[in-house]
Amino acid sequence: MQTQPLLREGRARSLAAFYLATMRTAIATQLQYRVANYFYMLGMVAEPVIYLVVWSAIARSNGGSVDGITPGQFAAYYIVWTLVRNMNIVFGAPFWEWRIRQGELSGQLLRPLHPLHYDLAYFAGWKVVVVGLWVPIALALSAIFHPDLHPSGLQIGVFVVAIWGAYLIRSMFQSTIGMLNFWTTRGAAVFDLYMTAELLLSGRLVPLRLMPGWVQTLATYTPFKWTFSFPIEALAGAPSTRTLLLGLAQQLLWAVIGLGLFSVAWRSAIRRFSAVGG
Amino acid sequence: MNVLRVGWLYLKVGVLNELQYRVNFFVQLFQSLIQVGTGLVVLSLVYSHTQELNGWRESELLSLLGVQILLGGVIHTFIQPNMEKLMEDVQQGTLDYALTKPEDAQLLISVRQVRFWQLVEVISGLVLLVVGLTGTRSSVGVLDGLAFVLALGLGAVLVYCFWLIVTIGAFWIVRMEHVLELFEGIYQTGRWPVGVYPGWLRYSLTFLVPVAFAVTVPAEAVTSRLHALTLLGACGFAAVLLVFTRWLWRIGLRRYSGASA
Repeated sequence: MQTQPLLREGRARSLAAFYLATMRTAIATQLQYRVANYFYMLGMVAEPVIYLVVWSAIARSNGGSVDGITPGQFAAYYIVWTLVRNMNIVFGAPFWEWRIRQGELSGQLLRPLHPLHYDLAYFAGWKVVVVGLWVPIALALSAIFHPDLHPSGLQIGVFVVAIWGAYLIRSMFQSTIGMLNFWTTRGAAVFDLYMTAELLLSGRLVPLRLMPGWVQTLATYTPFKWTFSFPIEALAGAPSTRTLLLGLAQQLLWAVIGLGLFSVAWRSAIRRFSAVGG
Repeated sequence: MNVLRVGWLYLKVGVLNELQYRVNFFVQLFQSLIQVGTGLVVLSLVYSHTQELNGWRESELLSLLGVQILLGGVIHTFIQPNMEKLMEDVQQGTLDYALTKPEDAQLLISVRQVRFWQLVEVISGLVLLVVGLTGTRSSVGVLDGLAFVLALGLGAVLVYCFWLIVTIGAFWIVRMEHVLELFEGIYQTGRWPVGVYPGWLRYSLTFLVPVAFAVTVPAEAVTSRLHALTLLGACGFAAVLLVFTRWLWRIGLRRYSGASA
């Protein structure tokens, strides 16, 4: 009777130790590849800068704003976007293909922990490096585009939690889609379709307010909105306390749904796996 | 002329190789449809909020999008696969295999791979271009057409040089795999006329990363906005960049120590 809770505590503690150790490894590894990380980031920053420039041009030609959004607010939206996007990068679906094809998975299956733990921990550690490298980019973008950003203390607090919520949700759904690789070697077309849906429904392309009404309605029923629009608007918009807290609850809900979907997909996927190399 | 013959042979072998994987055609077609669909959605979104973007109407921007996708197809078919292979070879020391052949090494590393099915992108770009052009009021003259073909060819040369210059960096910085994301990101700026961008960015997109020359200039040619001087400038710029790339390639090679050294 006494041993059961103790065992559980031991498991939680060793899991925490595993996460910390993996994160430390990720930080140490990624710090060595600063140039490679910067290449990646600069390529990534091009995307929001394009959106920002185009929409600012439209705002100016419309006499100062588009649907009430000024260039300064666009700047705030897309600069916060860059941090959210960095937090959003996860062990994506295409990497599952690589992992299976190269035989990496065989070795990982022999470990006592599920590979998902490793992905979550490694990418979480990587974020520490990424956010550090992001700061100068954000300062440069702010100096150029003059964002109109005045968050309250609560907004900052919710934002800090929400970017991790976005990270979890995106990890779960990307991994679930990644399970397709157990059935086909040509998942790329499906990933493209998925990424396009995300682009249009998440607020990644434009603030969702600029979308037609039915798209906005559709977006509330997908996980995408909670990985881009919600964290960005939490910091750059003017949301009510109620919206902020309800949003966090929604994020939790989507993370749990994602985890559920992943577990179901994983269970039938892993039966299809036949080892390659090792 | 031996150079051309070797290039042609490599191209043929590459195409034959790719023709074995026919399903890839349908995958590529599907991906191109998604790409074009997304582009159209973005355009209609932008033009639901404005009539004109920096003097370009919707049909004209559609032509620009067509040119960008078309040239992107050329890059993905001929340029990018070779540059990826070069990066990998430098990283693993297997560039020896290309260097020990009697033909010019820069030629060999530029023609080793062809991703034939990516040509679907060229076709979808052409379709967009034609649809865009039928929507514009002015007709396209023979001279405009010739200028377009010339400008597009120059664009391909400029992009080749830029890609190779960046890839040569692998001789110094070995881990270069993210450079692909960097290039893809920057190439997306070509979806919009270069005039939209603020001054400093416009100049770097024109001269540092020649996306403007590669995409905007051909699109200007078919929408009758091109000055002869710009085209002449593009010719000169391409020539200078080719020579510079050749010089840098030689310098870079000196840094290469091979797998067995």
